[in-house]
Amino acid sequence: MSARRADAIVVGAGIVGASCAAALARDGLRVLVIDAGGAALGTTAAGMGHVVVMDDSREQLALTRYSQSLWRVQSDAVRAASELEWCGTVWVAEDETQLDAVRAKQRLYRDHGIDTEVLDETSLLAAEPKLRPGLAGGLLVPSDGVIYQPAATMALLALARTMGAEVLEGMTVEEIVACGVRCGADTFRADVVVNAAGAAAASLTPQLPVVPRKGHLVITERYPGFCRHQVAELGYLASAHVMTNESVAFNVQPRGTGQVMVGSSRELVGWDASVNRRVLGKMIARACAFMPALAGLTTVRTWTGFRPATPDKLPLIGRWPDVPGLWIAAGHEGLGITQSLGTAALLADLLAGRDPVIDPAPFAPDRGVPAAVH
Amino acid sequence: MPPVTRGAVTISADGRPVSVSAGVTVAAALLDAGISAFRRSVSGESRAPLCGMGTCYECRVTIDGVAHRRACLVTVAEGMHVTTAAAAGAGTDGRP
Repeated sequence: MSARRADAIVVGAGIVGASCAAALARDGLRVLVIDAGGAALGTTAAGMGHVVVMDDSREQLALTRYSQSLWRVQSDAVRAASELEWCGTVWVAEDETQLDAVRAKQRLYRDHGIDTEVLDETSLLAAEPKLRPGLAGGLLVPSDGVIYQPAATMALLALARTMGAEVLEGMTVEEIVACGVRCGADTFRADVVVNAAGAAAASLTPQLPVVPRKGHLVITERYPGFCRHQVAELGYLASAHVMTNESVAFNVQPRGTGQVMVGSSRELVGWDASVNRRVLGKMIARACAFMPALAGLTTVRTWTGFRPATPDKLPLIGRWPDVPGLWIAAGHEGLGITQSLGTAALLADLLAGRDPVIDPAPFAPDRGVPAAVH
Repeated sequence: MPPVTRGAVTISADGRPVSVSAGVTVAAALLDAGISAFRRSVSGESRAPLCGMGTCYECRVTIDGVAHRRACLVTVAEGMHVTTAAAAGAGTDGRP
């Protein structure tokens, strides 16, 4: 092995690890990325591709907004390879109570400089004709987008490589040690080790408050124009926020190919990756309750994955004091795609001693959130 | 698959009336009518029936408004409207 030593080792070649690799390489560090499987095959494959602002908390809003702005300024090559589409999000309100929540959401977004449009039933159907009649309305957030995150991950890794980074796939990091990692008989040394192992982060740093939260996903054949925006029910955030054992929410995304991606489910079932037909059925039924025409589409694949959930719904970004040289970039649950670039920028700023653009304190890995919930 | 029966039915293939034997598949009818590009791949390449038994999905066309029907598994019917990606003029199937 040539690369016994690097300036920074990034554990995990998902979209967060790839973003960190690119950011650290840009700062002039010799970066080595190590992934037990292959790039974008783990937690990243469990995502949908949101590049969205989310307002579950002030901190989440700050990081998603910052991160989204970084997607805007990626090179043409990275944006094109990522299939980035600024398709916007339509949040669907089922009734008047939810429509009130939509208006509150609009006020909050306005306070943060994000333009939105409140939709009534008619304009909602005009925006998304496949939604069923009788919904109260919704909120259009035109500035949100969607990427194809496996391709984005490859593009970010390619970018990192142009700045000298090396990527080792199919090599399992068995242990993170002081200023290094152990892979079988090999030990790689670096001043900085970044645990970006997604849902598996806590298997390498056991004290991390990260648990795997399982999700099902469905992708259809190509039906160009079936939906124009990413569409989600307003209750999605509630489903994401509450750490229940099982929940589903309506969320569809148009892909550049014309395929429709359908989510979402959330379960706490340990590491059981099998497709649960009952939960899948519930998820699809929920989607069809909003978009009945979905029932007539042909699906090409159904799969599951694990999102790294933290008790306070915020990722863990920063130094881990218990192990010399160790930094964490994990725990993004369902927002790792959106938050990848912001996470990497925050981490790189902290590492380089620069002032981060947003307050890093809420994301400190040792901020004292309760330990894992199960 | 039902046996090929005598008689003819008329279907619309990419907007053109085509008279074909009753009982044949849509795939056979289109090939007989000189249509060879049934659909296009994501990258825009032409695709045509390969396996003829419903496995390869290469022969998908839009039949009576329903996208992604496998032409090799559907029997022609009088008045049926069949649209291929070539006629849709787009790089993707299913576009109206």
